[in-house]
Amino acid sequence: MSSVTVAATETAAEAGTAKATSVTPAVEIHDVSKTFRLPKQRYSTLKERALHPFASSEYDELRAVQHVSVDIGQGEFFGIVGRNGSGKSTLLKCLAGIYDPDTGGVNIHGRLSPFIELGVGFNPDLTARDNVLINAIMLGLTRKEARRRFDQIIDFAELHDFLDMKLKNYSSGMRVRLAFSVAVQVDADILLIDEVLAVGDAAFQQKCYEQFATMHKEGRTILFVTHDMSAVERFCDRAMLLEKGDVVDLGNPVDIARQYNELNFGRPELVAAEDTLVGESGTRGGVSVTRAWFEDLYGQQVITQESGTRVRACAEIHFERDVENPIFHAILRNEANAVIVHLDTGWRHGLTGTFKAGETIKVVFQFENELAPSRYALSTIVSEQDRAEIVAVHEIASLMIHSTVLSGGVIDPPHQIEITRQ
Amino acid sequence: MSSLPASIRRSFRSPQVVGDDLQRFWNLTLTLAITEFRVRYFGSVLGYLWSLMRPLLLFAVLYIMFTEVADVGNSVPFYGLYLLTSIVLWTFFTETTNGSLSCLVNREDLLRKMRFPRLAVPLSVALTALFNLGVNMIAVFIFAVASGVTPHPGWLLFPFLIVALAILATGLGMLLAPLYVRYRDVDPIWEVLMQIGFYVSPILYVADKWPESVRAILQCNPVAAVLTEMRYLFLDPSAPTTADVLGSMWLVLIPVGLTVFAFVFGAWYFQREAPRIAEEL
Repeated sequence: MSSVTVAATETAAEAGTAKATSVTPAVEIHDVSKTFRLPKQRYSTLKERALHPFASSEYDELRAVQHVSVDIGQGEFFGIVGRNGSGKSTLLKCLAGIYDPDTGGVNIHGRLSPFIELGVGFNPDLTARDNVLINAIMLGLTRKEARRRFDQIIDFAELHDFLDMKLKNYSSGMRVRLAFSVAVQVDADILLIDEVLAVGDAAFQQKCYEQFATMHKEGRTILFVTHDMSAVERFCDRAMLLEKGDVVDLGNPVDIARQYNELNFGRPELVAAEDTLVGESGTRGGVSVTRAWFEDLYGQQVITQESGTRVRACAEIHFERDVENPIFHAILRNEANAVIVHLDTGWRHGLTGTFKAGETIKVVFQFENELAPSRYALSTIVSEQDRAEIVAVHEIASLMIHSTVLSGGVIDPPHQIEITRQ
Repeated sequence: MSSLPASIRRSFRSPQVVGDDLQRFWNLTLTLAITEFRVRYFGSVLGYLWSLMRPLLLFAVLYIMFTEVADVGNSVPFYGLYLLTSIVLWTFFTETTNGSLSCLVNREDLLRKMRFPRLAVPLSVALTALFNLGVNMIAVFIFAVASGVTPHPGWLLFPFLIVALAILATGLGMLLAPLYVRYRDVDPIWEVLMQIGFYVSPILYVADKWPESVRAILQCNPVAAVLTEMRYLFLDPSAPTTADVLGSMWLVLIPVGLTVFAFVFGAWYFQREAPRIAEEL
């Protein structure tokens, strides 16, 4: 605790000389850069090293984080978003002291949680009981304190009946619950959280979010790395968008979420699908899916859509041979890669007729989107009448569904709720 | 925000070898060591027996070999006990160094997902080996009393030999652990070196069996020094000490110096490599 007070007085003095107005930030990130050197030819044995003493000078540089500076205030819920490989996790690791930044520095005022992922150091060969105690100690509690809080941890995890079961027999969901329950007991003023909610059922996710909200109310500072834009909009006070290690923008979470979505749809493999995907799948079975996209009711191509609207998934299909009564499928998967919608012409549409070699058609699947906010990837499949697959193209287009509410479910059907006294 | 304030430069958070909280460092090291020890001993019903059986079986085979087949031990008082004790000490040495070698790679999750003091990992390996040594030493002392060695004040110095061996093993461990992160063939190389070490050190035989010409050179090996001292202090006060085998009191500084050097060099190398361990794993 002493180091905290020292740091606090230090900056208080500084603030006094510079600007008396600003409150001490919890985390000062100043000009942090991290570059990984990826040797073109990596020598991983001493033998190779001895044989090629001068060969290692060539390497590619991966600039994971470039000159990032930001101050995060006390009690702020701060979101860090960006696409895969944008440097979010690297930045978090620099903050946590796992990586050594190349330039700049980080100043932390307060106790920082030492972990960025849940369940680090769990031992599958020990019981849940032992693992809880060990994990609590690893996260910074003393032995005594860990024992004292044991019941609280188990209550939160709701795993009373499985305490003496070895962890290797736990399901992944149960493990996450246990891990999260230990993690929230850590006495940290500043929490670093990297996509912890990727696993666990919806109810537990909801519980986790509530826990974050409570911690936020208690005045703890939370740095949250995620792909879930609805969580960013819902919880974060401020957010930062990273792209290729640079800060693209910093500010209002709603703006950041919108920008993240735009950035995501700039993905060449999704928008310019006709170039990349046909080459792979066009030859298959003499049928190719040349293009697929989403449009609204006016025929306007869209990449984002409000939940509750009517949308169309369209696919352009080219036949190089005669096909009789094929079935066309459109499948939407959410970010968790679960199939949410599967529409096909097999069940209600009836026979589709015969398509001649050289013909190009457009198939439009129109549906009410009662989808929960997420990014949905479209797969287009053409199969024979007996449902044997001819060609399947995955991730050919994507659609981001927005909503002002996050229900936690996968669909948000139109609904009424009535409460009556009996 | 234009220039870097001094306070930021000072509290620069780099991956730490020990960390700023010694209490936490020790807590973590101890927790890791105890966990490992428990997993090994209580993982199976016979866990404890197995870990005791290994040195005992090796001992039994070697003992029969060297007293019945090859005449190495018959002229040495308490040869059986000497053999057992040196095997137990050697087991500690190999457990620490082999365990340290792969520990950073094995504990990748801790090092990449958490702010974890780097040194706690190899140190916990040494500590687990030390617990095992403690358990094995109980067996050794039971054998000692059973074979009629009279306890004498020299026994009190025994822990110092273990400390010396632990310093050597930890030093080598701190060198091997980051080295293995970079170069994976350190493992087979070290295995071969340990096999040579097993025969070059006076484990199966006592130091005065060496030919006169190489005796002094081979005794410079710190492990040999520990084993020779062990014989003198523990079993036979009339046996030669390390100084006797080396020929001079001053030459004892060579094995001592090598031990200190291994530790200091290992510690230096470890702290130099520590900041980059997480990214190279």
